[in-house]
Amino acid sequence: MKVLHYAAFLLALLASVSLSSCEKDEDSEQGNVTMEFENVVGTAPLQLGSTRYKNAAGDTFTVSTLRYYISNITFKKADGTSYAQPESYYLLDEALPVTKTFTISSVPAGDYTGLTFTIGVDSVRNVSGVQTGALAPSDMFWTWNTGYIFTKLEGRYNPDRSTSPPLVFHIGGFKSPNNTIRTVTLPIANKAIQVREGRTPQVHLKADILKMFTGKSTIRFSELNNVMGGPNAVRIADNQAAGMFTIDHIHGN
Amino acid sequence: MKGLFPFLHGWLLLALLAAGGCRPDADVRPLEEVPGISVPANFPPPVYGVEKNPPTRAAFELGRTLFYDPRLSRTGDVSCGSCHQQFVAFAHASHQLSHGVENRLGTRNAPALQNLRWKPTFFWDGGASHIETMPLAPITNPVEMDETIDNVVRKLNADREYQRRFAAVFGGSGPIDSYQFLRALAQFTAALTSANSRYDKYARHEAGGTLDAAEQRGLQVLRQKCGSCHAGELFTDESFRNNGLDRRFPLDSGRAHITSRGIDVGRFKVPSLRNVALTAPYMHDGRFQTLGEVLDHYTQGMVASPTLDPQFRQPNGRLGIPLTPEERQDLLSFLATLTDEEFLRNPQLAEQ
Repeated sequence: MKVLHYAAFLLALLASVSLSSCEKDEDSEQGNVTMEFENVVGTAPLQLGSTRYKNAAGDTFTVSTLRYYISNITFKKADGTSYAQPESYYLLDEALPVTKTFTISSVPAGDYTGLTFTIGVDSVRNVSGVQTGALAPSDMFWTWNTGYIFTKLEGRYNPDRSTSPPLVFHIGGFKSPNNTIRTVTLPIANKAIQVREGRTPQVHLKADILKMFTGKSTIRFSELNNVMGGPNAVRIADNQAAGMFTIDHIHGN
Repeated sequence: MKGLFPFLHGWLLLALLAAGGCRPDADVRPLEEVPGISVPANFPPPVYGVEKNPPTRAAFELGRTLFYDPRLSRTGDVSCGSCHQQFVAFAHASHQLSHGVENRLGTRNAPALQNLRWKPTFFWDGGASHIETMPLAPITNPVEMDETIDNVVRKLNADREYQRRFAAVFGGSGPIDSYQFLRALAQFTAALTSANSRYDKYARHEAGGTLDAAEQRGLQVLRQKCGSCHAGELFTDESFRNNGLDRRFPLDSGRAHITSRGIDVGRFKVPSLRNVALTAPYMHDGRFQTLGEVLDHYTQGMVASPTLDPQFRQPNGRLGIPLTPEERQDLLSFLATLTDEEFLRNPQLAEQ
């Protein structure tokens, strides 16, 4: 029995030595990355309320609400390896500036040349029962047809005419054939996101809402102004994937 | 057999006490006392097994209080239990359609709530896909409880008793949140297992499980002529089918409301037949008052439409399910054996 005790002690000692040596390993250095989303309309920053905008089809509109989910953020290195943030769910709300900037911690040190994320929420979390945090039930969750609203844009079309119909774009749905989950990969031109211990690079992204209505298919508000999932939500999601999000610049590298 | 039970109980209690000793919130009463924990021997494995939301006495009772609490509605006078009454298997007795806040009428008949652990989807159109998030629909529906989840959580947090009970179940010192609310409610809705009808005892060869000749013939008729939809021990295959109620479905397209597909127009969830003798009125819109009317529909009342389930098209071109007068009588006899008095009268499931 005593022999066994000694053996166990030695093993434990060995384990702790190898663990602590791991901590000093250069590969395990970690840093943070701050993500900063700016919602824009073409080149202008989005203003909620009465500011008039024009879509690609020439329709005038205003925006009262803009919210969207960004999830499963992955940083990719040039060598093909990547780091996927666990529990990676963010609900961004134009009306709540604090939600548009967030910091991802414990990213392994390295030079990342690609950024991948999902616009929306993966199908698993749509059907996994009640969730917490960014995924807690809110008005971004369809109760009558279980699932998250991935992007919500509301406003008015033709705000200066006597009949000014509401714009309601609720993009969501995770089941074929009306699956609106879109994953985008944004290349990082010129320089990489350099993650190092004690340094927090900031990735500044732009989300251009005009790109929701043009790209793969151009949307006319006279024909389409009320979308709650379904085939028309797929059209908008395809537009979103085609170029709504871009990396504008990176600083603090 | 009876003599064994005290021993079994004693051992169980000891085992539980021992297991409970490891946890801070040890529940000393045997877990078997919380309804719906065990899977009945004649049932398939559940979709929402106990491991997904392990039942405890305190959480179950909290869920029960929530189920019967009218404060979940905007006006404070409609609870889940208002339209889901235990004595009729948690359907709404004598209500073709149910009235929500300010007596607003919905468009669909309130379904029985039973064996929800086994359901992959909920509602007549299958729109809700999880037992935990399902209650969000009636709570927020303007013609049902017309409340917001934020308001519900606010009301719970303003109540000392709820604060204490939620803290006891979920620990922690933070406020009650929507996660805790819906997890607690699911402890009760998942406990609504109906598996002790006379038919069940017959199926499990238990005492009291005798079916007379007519009931046994009725069971055969059911398995042969209705069993492709009202399948298995749950008496539903959980599919969506058009059973020939109307030629067109302008008011309620059923499953198509969820899928936006033409082939789903007029399809509705196949309901379980458990406790069916008590869950009148029948169909998604509650149009039939008696089981006799339902059988009349299936034998001679069906109408064609593009999505009518092909099983109802007979080789001779007629629609429906042919039944002789004897088969019809036997079927009605059998359906009554699916009434589960223990479930309907279980004091643990009642408003306290």
